[in-house]
Amino acid sequence: MDSNLEAKELLEQNISFIEPPNKKWIFKVFVLAIIIGVGLYALVLQVIKGHIITGMRDNVVWGVYIVNFVFVLGLSYAGALIAGIFHLGRVEWAKPLQRILKLITVFALIIGPFYILLCLGRPERLFNLFIYPRLQSPIIWDVTAIVTDLIFCIVYMYFTYIKDFALLRDITASSNLYSWRKKMYKFLAFGYQDIPEQRKLLNQALDIMAAIIIPTTIIAYSLLAWLFGMNLKVGWHSSIFGPFFVLSAVYSGVALLILIMWIYRKSQKLEKIFTDNHFIYLGFALMVLSLFYGYFYFSDYITDWYNMQKTYTILWDKYFDFSQYGIPFTISIFMVAFLPSIIIGIPWFRSVNSIAITAILALAGLWMMRYLMIVPVLETPYLPIQDIRETWVHYSATWIEWSLTLAGIALFTLFFVIVGKLAPIIPISEMLEKKEKNKVDSLNKSKLATSN
Amino acid sequence: MNFKCNNMTTNDENDERRKFLKNIFTVGTGALAVGVGSVIAQETESSEKVATEKIKVLTTEGKVIEVDKPDNKCKTGSCNPAKGIEARKGIPGRSFVMVIDLARCKNARKCIEGCQKGHDLLPDQELMKVYLMKDNPESEPYWFPKNCFHCDNPPCVKVCPVGATFKRTDNVVLVDIDRCIGCKFCVSACPYSARIFNWTDKESYANNDSNYSPETSVPGQHGVVSKCDFCPDRSREGKLPYCASSCPMGAIYFGDKNEDAVTNGEETLRFKQLIKDRVGYRYLEELGTEPNVYYLPATNRMFPYERGLNDLSEEKKELLLNSISKNTH
Repeated sequence: MDSNLEAKELLEQNISFIEPPNKKWIFKVFVLAIIIGVGLYALVLQVIKGHIITGMRDNVVWGVYIVNFVFVLGLSYAGALIAGIFHLGRVEWAKPLQRILKLITVFALIIGPFYILLCLGRPERLFNLFIYPRLQSPIIWDVTAIVTDLIFCIVYMYFTYIKDFALLRDITASSNLYSWRKKMYKFLAFGYQDIPEQRKLLNQALDIMAAIIIPTTIIAYSLLAWLFGMNLKVGWHSSIFGPFFVLSAVYSGVALLILIMWIYRKSQKLEKIFTDNHFIYLGFALMVLSLFYGYFYFSDYITDWYNMQKTYTILWDKYFDFSQYGIPFTISIFMVAFLPSIIIGIPWFRSVNSIAITAILALAGLWMMRYLMIVPVLETPYLPIQDIRETWVHYSATWIEWSLTLAGIALFTLFFVIVGKLAPIIPISEMLEKKEKNKVDSLNKSKLATSN
Repeated sequence: MNFKCNNMTTNDENDERRKFLKNIFTVGTGALAVGVGSVIAQETESSEKVATEKIKVLTTEGKVIEVDKPDNKCKTGSCNPAKGIEARKGIPGRSFVMVIDLARCKNARKCIEGCQKGHDLLPDQELMKVYLMKDNPESEPYWFPKNCFHCDNPPCVKVCPVGATFKRTDNVVLVDIDRCIGCKFCVSACPYSARIFNWTDKESYANNDSNYSPETSVPGQHGVVSKCDFCPDRSREGKLPYCASSCPMGAIYFGDKNEDAVTNGEETLRFKQLIKDRVGYRYLEELGTEPNVYYLPATNRMFPYERGLNDLSEEKKELLLNSISKNTH
């Protein structure tokens, strides 16, 4: 009963989700719905008129859509991977972040595959993947990986929610909340009463899921990397792609985590939950990851550059030529590989806001780096492109692709807005456990001290 | 078997001669390899029978008889091409191969036009492309016609998630556009940029009532991948592919490795001897894709490469010359 009171206090102090929707919330949903609506309109146009209205052509057959696909799935896998590592490592300070990480995982995993559907000339024939699957194809590997991962991640996320749903069921039982919400919490709590057997079982299940999720996400994202790596293409055909993709995924995941924490901290006054220390710890993680990113990139570049094979030289020249990809490349490699070390590495620059802004820039830079990994490579086949139609030589995305990209971001945000209204964005029960555990720890410590 | 001539040359005399030689190619390749040839010819005939569609008609006597479906509706391609499983198997005993003599190419672009006409393509859809290439800074540029190489180790077939593109026993790599989901993975996987995508819908897809088969590639569809098909429907009828029969210079030889014979419609040569004597090579051999299109180096060429620039627009001319000065592939 004590813990219930404490939880209620924690909820009321920090989270407004229990209140009915206010005007601000409805306005947010409305704006997001409009952005998604524009995206849907673009989608309808694309289906009716064909892919000719996108910027994709015979050489650059995949554009912004595949960039988004890779990027969003990277965020998803990173969310699961980081959550799993924090859970198994019993990282106490990271407990309030667990819920956000799992939400990132599941939402991104739902949105990501839509972008690969947008790449399909005939999305209505998708069922052919199940009628005539060919295991040789990296696409089939990818479909299998995504489906597997989606199931695991939803199960994992649900397991971590059970204790909270039980708490909510108990707290809201006597409140004047809508009855459908009470019923929902009761159903989702799955009869969890926090008796020792149940707690032990659930904790074991969580450990097992965390242990499964870590290798699953690494495999799944490597498979996605091999979608590119298995191509006989200069710039893609590299053994570094698997680990490099996993690293960039974790990097982008940490950056997004910082961004979301910052938004919640600013908008809902959660300073006590997402503390300065969280930002600093994750900021250091961001810095280390950015240095690793720079190392991986340099390692990939130097091996291509040193021997100066013809097509490699042509490709790399495009990145350093300021009339081609020089400007975006320089800016994004700076934002991704150098900026975190400057802002977070030097104490004078380091603050919650500067860390958050670095994270946003790193996130944008990572998206740009993915774009630069895909588009210039497709523009550099073995045979020169001798086509006088400018749009067939150089890719530039049309408003159709941009509006669908924005729609994806809006949908991701909308998921957060809606779920944030139904259930807490921080794992209350886990945080209470943390408090209890701290009490036990301090008791143990004092016992040790007295015995000495 | 009938022998239509799809020659694009204006020279009538040449036409007649080519027609005659083409007959030799089909019936006779036998002259070079009598035994093998006749066996293959028989097998080809039997497989064609399977492919022919029958329809039932009522005679004046009131009897129901089966006759071959009338083929007056076909605009392009064969009327009764192999379909379904038959189209995926390949013509038994055949091993199709193409040899392109770079010394003869002057960028007349007739191969492209012939192919576009035969496959109902728009002028901007090229299954056969002609590049201007320069191997090293010292060497003379040359024209390089390039279609699908129908590799024995095709990277495109490996990556197809639904088996819409497949390799046949007669070396041909085809696309079944009824199954293609349009993921374009094969387009990006092909190191030779041989595949194109049908970006837009066009009227002629709906208006063309040809009997679709992966062998003919007509009518096309929007949102799927398209590529050179080596015209196996024409091989079944004893004709050369559109590109080979359209080339005014006779630069494109097509034939059968098993029969050891290739022809450009004018002359029929022994394949192995030709590759041996003229030091034939395969483009980007080091990728291990095992192409079935061979090139004869552009030595002792019949025309200076500049001749090919004459009919091009200023823009294209500039682009090509720029391309060879920058990229020496």
